[in-house]
Parts: sequence; C-alpha cells; structure tokens
Amino acid sequence: MPEVTYLEALRQGLWEEMERDDRVFILGEDVGLYGGAFKVTEGFSQRFGAQRVIDTPISEAAIVGAAAGAAHMGMRPVAEMQFIDFVSCAYDMLTNYVATARYRAGLATPIVVRGPCGGYVRGGPFHSQNPEAAFFHTPGLKIVYPATARDAKGLIKASIRDDDPVLYLEHKWLYRRIKEQLPEGEEIVTPIGEARLAREGKDLSIVTYGATVWKSLEAADRLEKEDGVAAEVLDLRTLLPMDDAAIMRTVKKTNKVLLVHEDTRTGGVAGEIAARINEQAFEWLDAPIRRVTAHDVPLPYAPTLEDFVLPQTEDIVKAARWLAAY
Amino acid sequence: MVSRTGPTTQSPPLPARLTREQLLEIYRYLRVTRTLEERLTALYRQSKVIGGLFRSLGQEGESVASAYALERGKNRDILSPLIRNLGSMLVMGARPVEILRQYMAKADGPTRGRELNVHFNNLELGYLGQISHLGDMIPVMAGITLTFKLRGEPRVGLVYIGDGATSTGTFHEGLNFAAVQRCPLVVIAEYNRWAYSTPPEQQFAVKDLADKAKGYGIAAATVDGNDVLAVYQATKLAVERARGGAGVQFLEVKTYRRKGHAEHDDQHYVPPDELDWWAKQNDPIDRYVKQLLQHDWAEERDLSGVDERVRAEIDEATDACVDEPLPQGETALPGVYANPRAAERLWFRSL
Repeated sequence: MPEVTYLEALRQGLWEEMERDDRVFILGEDVGLYGGAFKVTEGFSQRFGAQRVIDTPISEAAIVGAAAGAAHMGMRPVAEMQFIDFVSCAYDMLTNYVATARYRAGLATPIVVRGPCGGYVRGGPFHSQNPEAAFFHTPGLKIVYPATARDAKGLIKASIRDDDPVLYLEHKWLYRRIKEQLPEGEEIVTPIGEARLAREGKDLSIVTYGATVWKSLEAADRLEKEDGVAAEVLDLRTLLPMDDAAIMRTVKKTNKVLLVHEDTRTGGVAGEIAARINEQAFEWLDAPIRRVTAHDVPLPYAPTLEDFVLPQTEDIVKAARWLAAY
Repeated sequence: MVSRTGPTTQSPPLPARLTREQLLEIYRYLRVTRTLEERLTALYRQSKVIGGLFRSLGQEGESVASAYALERGKNRDILSPLIRNLGSMLVMGARPVEILRQYMAKADGPTRGRELNVHFNNLELGYLGQISHLGDMIPVMAGITLTFKLRGEPRVGLVYIGDGATSTGTFHEGLNFAAVQRCPLVVIAEYNRWAYSTPPEQQFAVKDLADKAKGYGIAAATVDGNDVLAVYQATKLAVERARGGAGVQFLEVKTYRRKGHAEHDDQHYVPPDELDWWAKQNDPIDRYVKQLLQHDWAEERDLSGVDERVRAEIDEATDACVDEPLPQGETALPGVYANPRAAERLWFRSL
C-alpha cells in the first residue's frame, strides 16, 4: 500500500470525484494552472480543463454565491478558500443565503467550501484561523474537519456527495506532516456525522478534532508511559452534525472528560460539547469537564507567542493529570 | 384605422415585433400586478397580511416589460426578482393565489409560511426569490448563468438590483465575477429615487447607474423605466446580446417609487408635489394605455374587458385562500437539511 500525505489524500479524493461525476467542478483563487496556493489542485486544470477548474477574482462572496447558483442548477461545485481565514468575507453568503436555501425555499445547495485552516505554522492572525465556531451556530451547514489522511480523502468524497452544503476544514499543519498507507482501488468514503475512536482507554476521555487529535495522541502516549493512565481519544471528524452518541459512550466509559481544541475558548465548540454532556450524561461524571483551548487572543506571529497561545501536548498532559487525580 | 384582418404579426405599425395579443397580454400583467397589490393593501389593513407589504406602484411597467423580454416556459430563462418585481414573477408564471398565501403566511403557500412576501421561487418556471441581503442575488445569478455557459445551454439570466443595493459588496463581487466569466446575464438596475428614505445623492457619486458599468467592462444602456415598450425593447436587445455570447449586459431603468419603503412608511421625506407629478404625469400603466389607444393597438373595451377579468381573478384567488389555516407549529422542524430530515424537538416541549 502506498504511503500518502494528508494533502495527497485530499487531492486524490477530489480527483476521484472529478473523474466519477462530471457535475463536480472547482472554483477559487489560483486553483487552475498554478494548482492552488498549497498545490491541492496541481494537475487538475491539465486533466479536467479550465472549464472545470475555474480561476476566479479575489472575491470570496462571489465564489460562494456562484457556487450556490451552480448547485441550484444541479452542479456539484467545490469552492476553495485560499486560506480559510478569508471565508469570513463570504460569511453572509454562507450563513444567510446558502444555509437557509433548503429550508426557506426548498433549494438544494450541495456545495463544498474547503480551505486550509489552523495554526502551529507561524502564519500570524490571518493565515492561522479556525473558523468553525462562527459557522457551528448556523443551522443548514455541515462542518467536517479531518485529522487523518484517510479521513481527508474520505470526508472530501462524502462532502462532495452530500446533498447539503459542507464546510470542509483541512489543517495545513497536517498537510505534509501526516502520512498514512491508503489502499489503492478501494473506495474510501468517511460518513459525515460519525466520530472515530482514535485510541482506546479507560481512565479518562479526550474529545478533540483536527490537529489537536495528534497532540492528544502524543499526550496519551506520555500519560501511559509516565503515569500509567490510559486516556481514550475521540476524534470528532464532523462537528456539525455532532456525534452525540459517540461522545456519551466515551463519557460513560471513563467518567472523566477533557475537551481539547485549537480554536479559542469563549464561544468555542468545546462549550457546546460540555453543555451536551451535562444534559445527557451528568450523572456519569466523576469530575468537572475541563477544556484545553487556545487563549482568547488573535493568533500572534512570533513563535514564542504562538506557542504560548495555542494548546500544546504538554498542556494536554498536565490537564489530563489534573483530571486523573481528581 | 389599422385593418383587423390578416396575420397581426405583419402589421407594420405594431411596435417591437409584438402582436396585438402580446400587447394585450402585457397590459393584463400590468393590471394583475396593480390589482393584486391593491388587494394586498386591503388585506394588510385587515391584518391578514402578517408582515410588511411592499408596493411596486409606479414600477409595474419595468418589471412586467423586462420579464416579458425573456424566453419563458419550462427550463428556459431565469430571473431573480426583488421586492418590487411582483410583475416580473407573474410574467414568469407565479400565480396570484401563491402571492396571497405567501403574504398571509398560509400553510399551503409556496414556502409553507417560512418566508415572507415575494421571497419564493420556482426554478423550473424561471424565478428565483431574493433574500433580504441586497446584492446577494448577483453572485448567485452569476453562478446560475455560469452553469448555462458551462453546459452550452442557450439560456439567459436576468437579475434586478435597486439603486441603493449597488452600494453593496456582493453587487461588486458578483458583477465583476460575471463580467470576467462573460456570463449570459442581464442586470437591471432600478433607479427609483429612494433606498428606504435615502436619495441617490447620498448613495453614490455617479449621476447614472449605467456609469458604474464602465468599471466592469460591460455594455450598458439607460432607459425610461415608465415607458413599457421602451423597457421591453431595451431588455430584449440586452437578452439577445447576452444569449449571443456578448457577456453581461447592464440596463438602467429610470423609474420612481411612489409608495414608502413598505406600507408602514409615511414618506414624510418625499416632496408631495413630486409624488403627485409621477402619479399624474408619469404612471407607466396610464402611459401604456394611452399608447395602445392612440396607435389603435387596442380598443377601450379590450382593456376594460381585461380589467374586469383580472378583478374577478383576484377575487377568486382571495376567496380561495383567505380563510386557509396557518402552518402547524411543529412543521417548522423538517427540511433544514436533506439529511437529517428534521431538527430535534427540544426536551422542554415534552415536559
């Protein structure tokens, strides 16, 4: 089995869907001959032609709006945000137009809006964001956030096939850092709405997604070796709709839960998860639910500052120890 | 006198290659628009219209005439109307009873009580309802017409934008995108003097909206929006050019909003003699009727016959739906997504 990176897996998924379904097309900034800022669509223009890999003006609202219009007409557009930070420029289009279209008007809008997100890369305040909380609040959107190469491929394929609009968040720190053996010739489709148990454990649960899945796994290894604590790690994979059942399963198994995300704390996804655990599994808890998140500041550039603001493996280890000892 | 015998399409004095039947059909749409809105006003005063009521008084002509220039029928041209383009929707095939049900939030209305006024659509018939965020329909229509182009379909899109909404970011982004892609899109910019209460001088620094087209490298024209036949002809030309591959066409229609932003708005900011002048001297329906009669394209009794039938039609539509029920509360839950099929009913509703 060939070893592929997270980025290559995403690329394969996109490519296979373009081959499979001629309604699928890509639009975005520099996605054509240049192949995209991170080379996700390298070679696509040569294979599929400029009509299916469309270079657009710097106009995120127009990119998402045009994708919506094309989707109404039966197409399956995949819109790239060069950095996901710029999706905020299309916030109105996504939340007011796209997300409500089926409900208010019966309009199918099967679009995928994807783009590189996340920090740990010294990108500064506008090339490092995790925008999920801004959209998590919007009925009508789905949000997926793969952590593994397999899911990068499986979720892009599932997102393109889904009949609802999907925000696909791909972590640029994982692009070339994660490698995985993926079978050739086997169709990989990750169902939207299903979490993945990334590591089994009995003493406490770490519920997370994106890059912090890897940091949580690293922390779990250390906890096992250094403390003899068996931490379970749940990779959510989809944030909207959230897999409540998987979350409650792990809570009921370990009775202690640590919520970890790279996004800032206030109004973040972890707060919603904590509320759901409180509502659905309160009597199973043996300790308060704790959060490890970014500090509530814009993400700064200097390595020393960024490292301080973002949650690190060491933070997860310490928080887990605190919980284990509770 | 023009002879009434022989094929009417060859009658030389008829304007814009329209037949007598078509001229009368245009008149009928104008009359339906105005009569339906008058009926809605009565229903609004009886509190049967749930939300605001938005009149197109004075703008019926440009709405009807521009839509009439499109190819209509199943899966042909598509337009995206604004709040004051009721006439355009009727031309594309929306039925008065649907408009009435929608305004009254009836369970059997086109959006089953989910959306207001003329915010609804029938893509097959060729109209895509707006959302309240002005400008947003331009990128969406860019995407629809991009699809026509990608598939090589000889179809055209038409999108309306008010003078005020040309100040939005999505207007700019969508228009630029469509211009670059040479989408078969006609943009009708309605200069109606008022964006809620804001006059053009406080909205933009160009004199004519058509001046804005230069910045996008697209063809533009300006037409008297209260001259029904002029609007029809100008739109027809723009539509033909767009269909022929000439890219985005921008048409400014100069008209006037004679009512307030919505029925609650008392228009205290409008000089009264201005309203009076537009009502008495420049009403699009009056002007059209005058043309029809002057040129003997129609007779008085043709028009009064239409008026009578339209009144009966609107009465019938009102009677059919005025006492219908509103939707049941729990029908609010399904349909946010294709999957899952319905939102969760929250726990406290089962206590």
